[in-house]
Amino acid sequence: MIEIKLLPIVGSFAENKDLARDIRLKKIIHALEDKQEITLDFDGIDLTTQSFIHALISDLIRKYGIDVLDKLYFKNCNETVTKIINIVVDYMQERE
Amino acid sequence: MVCMKVHLPNSAFLGNIDPFLRNFDNSNTAKLKITANKKWISIHPVVLSMIASLGLTVKSSNIQCEKLEAASKHYLERMGLFRFLNIESEIVIKEHEPAGRFIPLTKIDNSEELTKFITNMIPLLHLESKQAELIKYIVSELVRNVLEHSRSENGAIVSAQYYKKSNTIRIGIVDTGVGIKSTINMSHNAPTDLEAIRLAQIPGITGATRREGGTELNAGAGLFFIRSIAKVNRDFFMVYSGDAMYKLLKSKAGLKRIRLHADPFKDRHSKGEKFPFWQGTIVGIDISLDSTKEFSILLDLIRDTYIKTIRERRKARYRRPRFI
Repeated sequence: MIEIKLLPIVGSFAENKDLARDIRLKKIIHALEDKQEITLDFDGIDLTTQSFIHALISDLIRKYGIDVLDKLYFKNCNETVTKIINIVVDYMQERE
Repeated sequence: MVCMKVHLPNSAFLGNIDPFLRNFDNSNTAKLKITANKKWISIHPVVLSMIASLGLTVKSSNIQCEKLEAASKHYLERMGLFRFLNIESEIVIKEHEPAGRFIPLTKIDNSEELTKFITNMIPLLHLESKQAELIKYIVSELVRNVLEHSRSENGAIVSAQYYKKSNTIRIGIVDTGVGIKSTINMSHNAPTDLEAIRLAQIPGITGATRREGGTELNAGAGLFFIRSIAKVNRDFFMVYSGDAMYKLLKSKAGLKRIRLHADPFKDRHSKGEKFPFWQGTIVGIDISLDSTKEFSILLDLIRDTYIKTIRERRKARYRRPRFI
């Protein structure tokens, strides 16, 4: 299990999609390829955007299937962050 | 002189902006002439962002601005319009004049500048955290749209102003890029600018792909989220690109339950075509701070509408075998 603390990378407003993509490509995918589980720690993140969460996780679902969520944990999410993550996961599961 | 002509009217806010847009003359894009109402100029930041954007496409030596007489001309100086146009205004700001709560015209060219802009923006507008959430969200998503899709050489031109009387933040975000139709038509078929503006606001539709779920970086949800925020808060939201303009009108007061629509044409709106052609995209939005809803409540509505829309699209695509 690896844990990625997002606050030091993206700040309290997680909106920079370039950083989201970097985290996915350089950290999450590496861990998944090593058969590790990943915790994304949103401690200190007050707000995020749908675009950021989409850039962070949508391609994981696209490439690894929805089962990737069994290896991905979202920690310390406030209510708004939780709802935005749920929206992205919902529409990625609803697509064909 | 044949040139672009912009006349700053007595009043141009999202509710009454149509005459200003209709009268903008873009017959010669090499020169720009600015005139103004003699008595009073009261304009939405989106108008300022438009004029500043035009100024960036014209050599400052080809910009002619008549001597402004309106008592409110200082506002234009404070918002940085003449600095943007690189012309002398001869307007002197006295120290004791109130600064108000505003974001002067700012050019944002890249992701780092956007992050810095958002960080600095909230203290300037003196917003409470609940209100700040919405404003940060809106600016981030709209400016990222410009940076990713517009291919504008001049980035995004942003300005905002707090209006005490209506307790409203008004924001204008403008680019001089390829426009929504060009972007949407990379994956869809919008025959007109107005249809492109419509498609761009439907959740799950992006110029990046026809696939449901979007690409690794684009879902096609940004403008739907922003329109939904405006609708739930009963505020104006305007998109103008090419020769078309769409405007979300304020929802009627007294409605207990607000319903979101995936299709912007199903919301209470006005729209028009054959406006003077704007090369790029203009977005204006008002956020009334009196009626600001909790963002998390709004997200529940957005989630329901988004999923319903995807299911309807999937159902429409579903084909049954035909047995004969």
